[in-house]
Amino acid sequence: MMMLITYDVNTTTDAGKKRLRRVAKQCINYGQRVQNSVFECLLDPAQFAELKNTLEEIIDKEKDSLRYYYLGSNWKKRIKHVGAKEIFDPEGTMII
Amino acid sequence: MRKMLNVLYITNPEAYLAKDGENLVVRVQDEEIFRTPIHYLEGIVTFGYMGASPALLGMCVEKGVTVSFLTAHGKHQATVHGTPKGNVLLRRKQYRLADSESESAKLASMFIIGKIANCRTVLRRFMSDYGDKVQIEEVDRVSKIMARNVLRLGKELLLDEVRGIEGESAQMYFSVFDQLIICHKDHFFMKGRNRRPPLDNMNALLSFLYSLLLHETRSALETVGLDPYVGFLHRDRPGRTGLALDLMEEFRPYLVDRLALSLINRRQVTGDGFLKKESGGVIMKENVRKIVIEAWQKRKREEITHPFLEKKIYVGLLPYAQALLLARHLRGDLDRYPPFVWK
Repeated sequence: MMMLITYDVNTTTDAGKKRLRRVAKQCINYGQRVQNSVFECLLDPAQFAELKNTLEEIIDKEKDSLRYYYLGSNWKKRIKHVGAKEIFDPEGTMII
Repeated sequence: MRKMLNVLYITNPEAYLAKDGENLVVRVQDEEIFRTPIHYLEGIVTFGYMGASPALLGMCVEKGVTVSFLTAHGKHQATVHGTPKGNVLLRRKQYRLADSESESAKLASMFIIGKIANCRTVLRRFMSDYGDKVQIEEVDRVSKIMARNVLRLGKELLLDEVRGIEGESAQMYFSVFDQLIICHKDHFFMKGRNRRPPLDNMNALLSFLYSLLLHETRSALETVGLDPYVGFLHRDRPGRTGLALDLMEEFRPYLVDRLALSLINRRQVTGDGFLKKESGGVIMKENVRKIVIEAWQKRKREEITHPFLEKKIYVGLLPYAQALLLARHLRGDLDRYPPFVWK
């Protein structure tokens, strides 16, 4: 299934900046960065549980927020991209 | 059933593969041109000389991603994979059966039944599609001989007899293969199979696709815990993946020959995409290679109802499904190995 993950991390403090870096790093490990704090991750339920767990341990629930959008397996119909920054299709042909 | 994951093909000779976190990063002259989480992939196939960092290879091994290095022409050079997975008892059984001439002959017959039956379907499909436009008497005659050969393989045979039938069938099949090519006859023709190096465009195209298929059958066997090096029909030779070659037989006509024919007959590839080297060998140009890989990947994402499992699966999972059935047969859960026969 395709998950869309977005976050807001409060970066007014150094600890906040550190959390931001750590959240971003985890998201990159699991998916594709499509905009600054927006990630598309093609995951199975176990991988999602793993990622969810990791992220929620990093953030400070008082100051930061995370949002998960379930796009399912029919996700291609639900995403339309306009403008700069090409995104690759994880189920498409990958030739470099 | 296993999920079908993607295969990344690297054809840019300047690409360098590296690891960053859990990502695979492709760099060209120190500039990052591609990045993907490693769990999106089940295989990486690279063509031509290029580098991959040891850290990346380590991660691929750990995650079960097979990395194959091929030459620019598609000849297999090396594959990186981790410690053999799966059940040692299963592999022992495989070795034992491979040591027995009569057991090997039984299994070899099955692979070849699959191959010949599928070759025959390639011919029959052609006859029903083009029978009214071209001369097909010869194709029809060969198709009938193939049907007889399939029946001959149903009996108990010696390994050499199986080889004899396979050789005769392959020779007959390729003798009419030329008639199945209906476009660009000046550039594409079949006057018999040749390889290492392929001497004409058609053989170059087939060889290239066969090497892509070999990557798939090999990974499939490793996934189910079988040893791709120890075959039944193809006997041991250092560096030769005998069982992967065995398993590949039944897929050659269905997955490769038909794809090659439709690429030519639909004019997706043309004669000017091939280069004749001074040595006489023929190689494909970069752009044709891309077209072929794209068609191959598209084909793998089509769906088919598996004749034995009676389940809808991706064409790309067929080698895996057959490897699984083979493992079940070796374990004794199935009385015989059911080859993939395309109707």
